Amino acid sequence: MSEPVQKLQSVDDDERATRDADPAYLSPDYVGTRLRSPRRPLLLLPQTLSELTGPAFGHDAIGEHDHDLTLQHDGEPLGERIIVSGRVLDSEGRPVRNALIEIWQANAAGRYRHHVDQHPAPLDPNFTGAGRCMTDDDGGYRFVSIKPGAYPWKNHDNAWRPAHIHLSVFGRAFTERLVTQMYFPGDPLFPYDPIFQSVRDPRARERMISTFDLASTRPEWALAYRFDVVLGGSGATPVENA
Amino acid sequence: MSLPRTPAQTVGPFFDFALCARPASELVAPGEAGAIRIEGALLDGAGAPVPDGIVEIWQADASGHYDSAFGWGRCPTDGAGRFAFTTVKPGAVQEPDGSVQAPHLSLLCFSRGLLKPVLTRLYFGDEAEANAADPVLRRIGAEQRETLIAQLSAPGSYRFDVRLQGDGETVFFTTPASGL
Repeated sequence: MSEPVQKLQSVDDDERATRDADPAYLSPDYVGTRLRSPRRPLLLLPQTLSELTGPAFGHDAIGEHDHDLTLQHDGEPLGERIIVSGRVLDSEGRPVRNALIEIWQANAAGRYRHHVDQHPAPLDPNFTGAGRCMTDDDGGYRFVSIKPGAYPWKNHDNAWRPAHIHLSVFGRAFTERLVTQMYFPGDPLFPYDPIFQSVRDPRARERMISTFDLASTRPEWALAYRFDVVLGGSGATPVENA
Repeated sequence: MSLPRTPAQTVGPFFDFALCARPASELVAPGEAGAIRIEGALLDGAGAPVPDGIVEIWQADASGHYDSAFGWGRCPTDGAGRFAFTTVKPGAVQEPDGSVQAPHLSLLCFSRGLLKPVLTRLYFGDEAEANAADPVLRRIGAEQRETLIAQLSAPGSYRFDVRLQGDGETVFFTTPASGL
């Protein structure tokens, strides 16, 4: 006879999304969620070493031009040069150092260098649209790129994605992993985009919008946008990995 | 001070030229002593493969220790939703409170249509005794627990499918602060 065991606590994802920063898995206006969203309650994990640890990446994982998407080919890409910089912070406001950030985006015409993207807009032979960097001791990062274009998708009639850059960030722990999208201020497509609108709290949506950053512009050369990223944190003191 | 989090957004369908440009699914070389293979498929609520997904793993080493330099992997799904990793079987993990976790991997799955990743765990079907005592597994109902068990399909090979929705839906977890 085994002793009775208390089951893990269930968490209702839809209810959680009413008070949480993240969207619910099922956000029906974004059609792709309908068959890919879990329907059973989530189970709340105890904080074990599996949740409190995570991988670290060395600076040797970063190539010389990985942070500058305008220097990855022989010629210069077309479009408006931008500098995107910010800091990665934990929920206590502490810098997350040596965090790997990966970004990807469409080119200035709104086309991805991807075989599935059939948008009839031109590819740019001088633009791939992928970058990587590591945060510095202050949690800071900086990319140079081209402002991406908006592009159509087939979610609903005349659906267009607002211009955005995808960011993937590794925190200190595997459960701090964040993939998000950085948008640009004042985009008229925000009210019509079910992915942006999947975040229910308007203040949380604001946190996905970069701010124009005059101080970081390079005169006669590039505009600049600032985007700080706040990771969830594991709710515990970070564990120093062996 | 407590800062509000940056919300998650989907990876979308166009990530692989950035996230998968460097192979990361072989944590050890195939054929290396102790190497195991984990193969599976990511499936949607209709049982159809998710061909534009990405699976990341995080695990302890063979002795059950977490080491930031070993234990992470990433594999995109193929046209049939399949993913595969070559790794070592992690050891049982001794927790600071003295409890012991059965050998397992943590998995995050991303795809178009997933606005935030799903978090699950893979345990090993040939570790019945350790699984029965695992502090997470034993707190999950028997039927659901089965969705977390990879089955030995050949010597050194395990099969583990992730069903996002519907019949046999995989158990997905959340953590107190991650918002997963």
